[in-house]
Amino acid sequence: MPKRTDLKSVLVIGSGPIVIGQACEFDYSGTQACRVLKEEGIRVILVNSNPATIMTDPEFADATYVEPITPEYVEMVIAKERPDALLPTLGGQTALNAAIALHENGVLEKYDVEMIGASFDAIHRGENRELFNAIVAKVGGESARSRVCHTLADCEAAVAELGYPAVVRPSFTMGGTGSGIAYSKGDLARIAGAGLAASPTTEVLIEESIIGWKEYELEVMRDKADNVVIVCSIENVDPMGVHTGDSITVAPAMTLTDREYQHLRDLAIGIIREVGVDTGGCNIQYAVNPADGRVIVIEMNPRVSRSSALASKATGFPIAKIAAKVAIGYTLDEITNDITKETPASFEPTLDYVVVKVPRFAFEKFPGADPVLTTHMKSVGEAMAIGRNFTEALQKALRSLESADAPFDWTQEWVDLDKDALLAEIAVPHDGRLKKVMDTLRAGATPQEVFDATKIDPWFVDQLLLINEVAVEMTAAPELTPQILRTAKRHGFSDAQIGKIRGMTPDVVRGVRHALGIRPVYKTVDTCAAEFAAQTPYHYSSYDEETEVAPRERAAVIILGSGPNRIGQGIEFDYSCVHASMALSEAGYETVMVNCNPETVSTDYDTSDRLYFEPLTLEDVLEIVHAESQAGPIAGVICQLGGQTPLGLAQGLAANGVTIVGTSPDAIDLAEDRGSFGRVLAEAGLVAPQHGTATSFVEAQKIAAEIGYPVLVRPSYVLGGRGMVIVYGDDTLRTYLDKYVAAGLISRDAPVLVDRFVDDAVEVDVDAIFDGEDLFLGGVMEHIEEAGIHSGDSSCALPPITLGAREVDRIREATEAIARGVGVRGLLNIQFALGSDILYVLEANPRASRTVPFVSKATATPLAKAAARVMLGESIADLRAAGLLPATGDGGALPPDQPIAVKEAVMPFNRFRTPDGQQVDTVLGPEMKSTGEVMGLDRDFGTAFSKSQAAAFGPLPTTGSVFVSMANRDKRSMIFPVKVLADMGFEILATQGTAEVLRRNGVPCSVVRKQHEGPGPKGEKTTVQLIHDGEIDLIVNTPYGAGTGGNVRLDGYEIRTAAVMANVPCITTVQGLGAAVQGIEAMRRGDIGVRSLQDWARLRSSQA
Amino acid sequence: MPLHAPAILVLEDGRTFRGDSYGAEGETFGEAVFNTGMTGYQETLTDPSYHRQVVVMTSPHVGNTGVNDDDPESSRIWVAGYVVRDPARVPSSWRSVRTLDDDLRSQGVVGISGIDTRALTRHLRERGAMRVGISSTEADPAALLERVQASGEMAGAELASEVSTPSTYVVPAIGEKRFTVVALDLGIKTMTPHRMAERGIEVHVVPATATLDEITAIRPDGLFYSNGPGDPAATTHQVEVLQGALAEGLPYFGICFGNQLFGRALGFGTYKLKYGHRGINQPVMDRTTGKVEVTAHNHGFAVDAPLEGTTTTPYGQATVSHVCLNDDVVEGLELHNESGALTGFSVQYHPEAAAGPHDAAYLFDRFVTLMDEVEPRRLRSDGSDREPASEPTDASREQGAL
Repeated sequence: MPKRTDLKSVLVIGSGPIVIGQACEFDYSGTQACRVLKEEGIRVILVNSNPATIMTDPEFADATYVEPITPEYVEMVIAKERPDALLPTLGGQTALNAAIALHENGVLEKYDVEMIGASFDAIHRGENRELFNAIVAKVGGESARSRVCHTLADCEAAVAELGYPAVVRPSFTMGGTGSGIAYSKGDLARIAGAGLAASPTTEVLIEESIIGWKEYELEVMRDKADNVVIVCSIENVDPMGVHTGDSITVAPAMTLTDREYQHLRDLAIGIIREVGVDTGGCNIQYAVNPADGRVIVIEMNPRVSRSSALASKATGFPIAKIAAKVAIGYTLDEITNDITKETPASFEPTLDYVVVKVPRFAFEKFPGADPVLTTHMKSVGEAMAIGRNFTEALQKALRSLESADAPFDWTQEWVDLDKDALLAEIAVPHDGRLKKVMDTLRAGATPQEVFDATKIDPWFVDQLLLINEVAVEMTAAPELTPQILRTAKRHGFSDAQIGKIRGMTPDVVRGVRHALGIRPVYKTVDTCAAEFAAQTPYHYSSYDEETEVAPRERAAVIILGSGPNRIGQGIEFDYSCVHASMALSEAGYETVMVNCNPETVSTDYDTSDRLYFEPLTLEDVLEIVHAESQAGPIAGVICQLGGQTPLGLAQGLAANGVTIVGTSPDAIDLAEDRGSFGRVLAEAGLVAPQHGTATSFVEAQKIAAEIGYPVLVRPSYVLGGRGMVIVYGDDTLRTYLDKYVAAGLISRDAPVLVDRFVDDAVEVDVDAIFDGEDLFLGGVMEHIEEAGIHSGDSSCALPPITLGAREVDRIREATEAIARGVGVRGLLNIQFALGSDILYVLEANPRASRTVPFVSKATATPLAKAAARVMLGESIADLRAAGLLPATGDGGALPPDQPIAVKEAVMPFNRFRTPDGQQVDTVLGPEMKSTGEVMGLDRDFGTAFSKSQAAAFGPLPTTGSVFVSMANRDKRSMIFPVKVLADMGFEILATQGTAEVLRRNGVPCSVVRKQHEGPGPKGEKTTVQLIHDGEIDLIVNTPYGAGTGGNVRLDGYEIRTAAVMANVPCITTVQGLGAAVQGIEAMRRGDIGVRSLQDWARLRSSQA
Repeated sequence: MPLHAPAILVLEDGRTFRGDSYGAEGETFGEAVFNTGMTGYQETLTDPSYHRQVVVMTSPHVGNTGVNDDDPESSRIWVAGYVVRDPARVPSSWRSVRTLDDDLRSQGVVGISGIDTRALTRHLRERGAMRVGISSTEADPAALLERVQASGEMAGAELASEVSTPSTYVVPAIGEKRFTVVALDLGIKTMTPHRMAERGIEVHVVPATATLDEITAIRPDGLFYSNGPGDPAATTHQVEVLQGALAEGLPYFGICFGNQLFGRALGFGTYKLKYGHRGINQPVMDRTTGKVEVTAHNHGFAVDAPLEGTTTTPYGQATVSHVCLNDDVVEGLELHNESGALTGFSVQYHPEAAAGPHDAAYLFDRFVTLMDEVEPRRLRSDGSDREPASEPTDASREQGAL
């Protein structure tokens, strides 16, 4: 049954901004899908608001709409494009929910659009608890005993029957939003209350607790001829109770006999048939009672999921690609296995290696957030590692996290090996638990005690014990014999771990190892355990005998990726790496990608000529360079595209004789070093804000006194503004210094940096390419919020909306002077602040920045591709001639009719609670907190801004009531915009002080009670109550004391958190208010339309 | 960490791997084959088809779920030797009663662990299955190589008689008894008669040496040939018996070795595959329905029959019903009579699974349907009352009465 001939055009919906629970895995799957559909000659129409995605590159679709994924906007796209079908199963829960909404509001029927991949009914059967449980029972499976509830009273009645602890699961939310485990009535009210609010159908499930059971997932694929295959089994090391996204997971399943595995398989096949996912993939989760093997089916996702991405990378079976093919009519036996090129896709991959995935958390970014892991996903990224056994894979995965605390460590003297305390600690799942489990074993706990405390399967506990035994033997050995070294490497110990144990530096261990000829070999992920020859060089290292790296003729460029996603280093860097690979492949190089993030496009085996799925550490990268240098010539290694991770490796690689292409490691260091960089600025006649460095409060206070408050303080060497705050006075400065000094984080080598904070300035971000002679200004972005909010969290506009040609020229000159002075070859990102007509240089990073994809998309110029070619020696003039860069002009000199692109950041605040269940604060500051971004693109700023808001948070209101509460310093600037809102008919509510100012300026408004005042004598509601009750449509609240390092809860905390809970737009800056007013005006004009990137490009070229 | 004695593995072409002794200490020889299943080591070890073979597990971790008394497919471990990369130190399963290491030791199965099993697998894939020796008593690879080269070849080996039951036994039908089937034991797995019994079949498992007269004396509704080890070309007696049964119109179902012998009975040749199919993930298309099933395989030989068209045989028209989609190897045969009715069929793979997916379990239903349809025809032709000559056991009578 070949491809359907009636499908000429298909609409693909992406997953929008990166949020916790829905990350770049959907760019990976969506990119695969778009590619497949295009290859099949189908017209691909794509909607995705996230500019930092490969899938929204114009070449992946025929019509790419970077527009909000809301029913209103998607309907506009449908009306314009009239697709034959909609493929909603590859864009996560966002796409699925949008498709459901379009089905329910009749749009799909109106425009005669068929849902392919999974029908509405199948989605409904998969996601509706009652229907799904009935299906499970029908195919002979069991569900946890449960009750569907629509009110809190229902929930209490259900728990009376099922008992505590009880699991709360809201319907139709992603990543387990709003779910949790209730141990008490208080827990229940809190979790179920939030769950009911989070569920679009106000529905939660109260379920018997199966905490501590073994947890498994199967990835299933089915075609229209009812052929079904299981792509992968995944076992969670952390048993039931921890969201699978937050669990350490292993593929394949390690502790099931064939009988048990086949039982799960039979259930999976029965379920996918009954649910009726007839052309695509799905994922089914199970719990197995370790005492008697009772199996409970937990849930299914009738779509490609995060686990599908993991399973694809773990097996080499490209789930999304094949899901797209079966969606358009192919059967599995008609699709070729890409890896072997001779066998069909209608088989089940078999692994001769072990895959371990570990989550990466960001609790340090959200002070007060509860780090206990529950059924509600909290991790922001993950790393995957492959080894020939579990111990090797696990230890590789832990070092892939790039967190100094993650790998097992036998030398940390401060770890108190108190067995009972440790057993109590590991009983509660939390970030870093596995390391504590290791410490517990070191403290002498028996495997049985560890199992009793954690319910981690005894086989896994024994594997940890095995690792510990190797470490103990190595510690005790009189000398590091070849046998001990081999054993340690075979179980995944890094040179650094071995060095710590033996009192040697990692370099010395490496030297010893090389002298003994102990090096890793590289095996291949081939889907078939070597039964057939693999045609795809997808490699992983192992300390085994035989290597499989093939010789090659062409010169290779090794591109180092960015590792696990974290706040401050995410999909944007992967985007640049993928682009470099594409551009260098076109230029005739053999491209070699190194990365360990399974969610990414870069780790698709199709992206580069060779893929090494390996940790990004000096040891691992040096071994790859060595293996590849044995295979053929190497042109060099690219370190400047994957963010801080590869940049941090550049110096070490160079010291070991590796050729780094692009900006030299010395130049990178120069830009980081304040003294040398200051000289570069001085020579160019540029200024940085006054600054100094301090190692104590006294020193810091002296500097602050010289340059005047407010000052910006931060530790040295940080990413994403970690620990950076704006300080307004001595007291908070003392608190800050004391905290860091006490934590032992401050030294002469790593002092605290104290900068003058440039108040009331416009912050500007620049991305540029420099080839040694010429500068190509990629784009000049004007931040909408004033300086002081981390550039990653700040919304910005491109082209700059208030800067004139003179300012842009000054910025261009400054950028070029810095690029030349530092010695940049490739990309450069500079942050400027423009205040009182002085251009301050805040920071220069000689690498690809987070904004490269946004700029590339907004200006239709592939910056990362061009930069990669510059790094390999081509000039900007060459690239202009080759058509990779525009023949004339650049991003600083855009045509007058260039559309305005607005970037908005998306925050994960709704994911985090304090241990007592309070929402964490949502105020922004110099430390980055956002997980993702969206782009709004349109003719004028107001429209573009309103699109960016709709894409990030939901549409701005066009009528209703606005609550306004401003800090004193902002009151003067807010009068005009608030008056405009009032004139448009909004009802204005305000706190006492704000209301007085507004009234004096002729803006009618009513006073609302503050939270601490409580309800009024006649039952007048407080602000928070009004927000909860949905009586406020827009909140404007500029916090006093935000980012002062003091207690930010003093003001507005309840209001802002209530806004997050109730999902009401909340504006926290004066500039944001101005932009919102423009956006609302644009919406009220009612002329907002949609336009594809391709149409924008046509428009531009027709006018050029 | 317990220290294991060193062991060596030497292939007949001289390639040597050094590792640790696993299971029993000593020396063993056999044909080196690799199995790609990620689950089901207990079923694999006890599958008689692996008689005289040294099995290399591509899955690195083996023994994780220990050993239980429910999952074995026969009364003993049959493999001649066992090669694994990382044997479990501690088993974990609520059904486990002892460790795999213990079982291998107590049954005297010599193994090796800690070697690069992927390198070995790739070697076998490129050079083909070959003889191998494992030893924890010989340190000199050259000396072991000599003994490997002197050991017996698989091609031409008749092995079914070495694994077959010495005497007939009966597996009673579960629930109401509907049919009697004689299963010729060429190395039968426990799950096979169980799958038939589940469908109301009383299974008389007879020795591989049973004659046609002995079989017909049981007055079966159908004849079944099991899987088993060895070269089908070296087997003559069972082929003649099958030809006799086909001539009598006895409905036939064969699995694995039973497929190869069916092919030979119909006049097709058989040949040795380079490295065989051994795993539980093999895609097979049932050409009669167009559906793909994921199946369990364990075969080193295959039937040489034309994939397209029909072959006229003395017993009817033969066609290839199943094909492996990986390499187009014949995976199933069908025989139809002159009026187009099915009279016998066989598959090269394992619908009884154990280990493996249950996708092909429908073939047992197909056997039931075949007997259902043929019975009236046979009744018309021989007019007998269809009572089996040998009495069922007491147990089966009780079962049948349920």
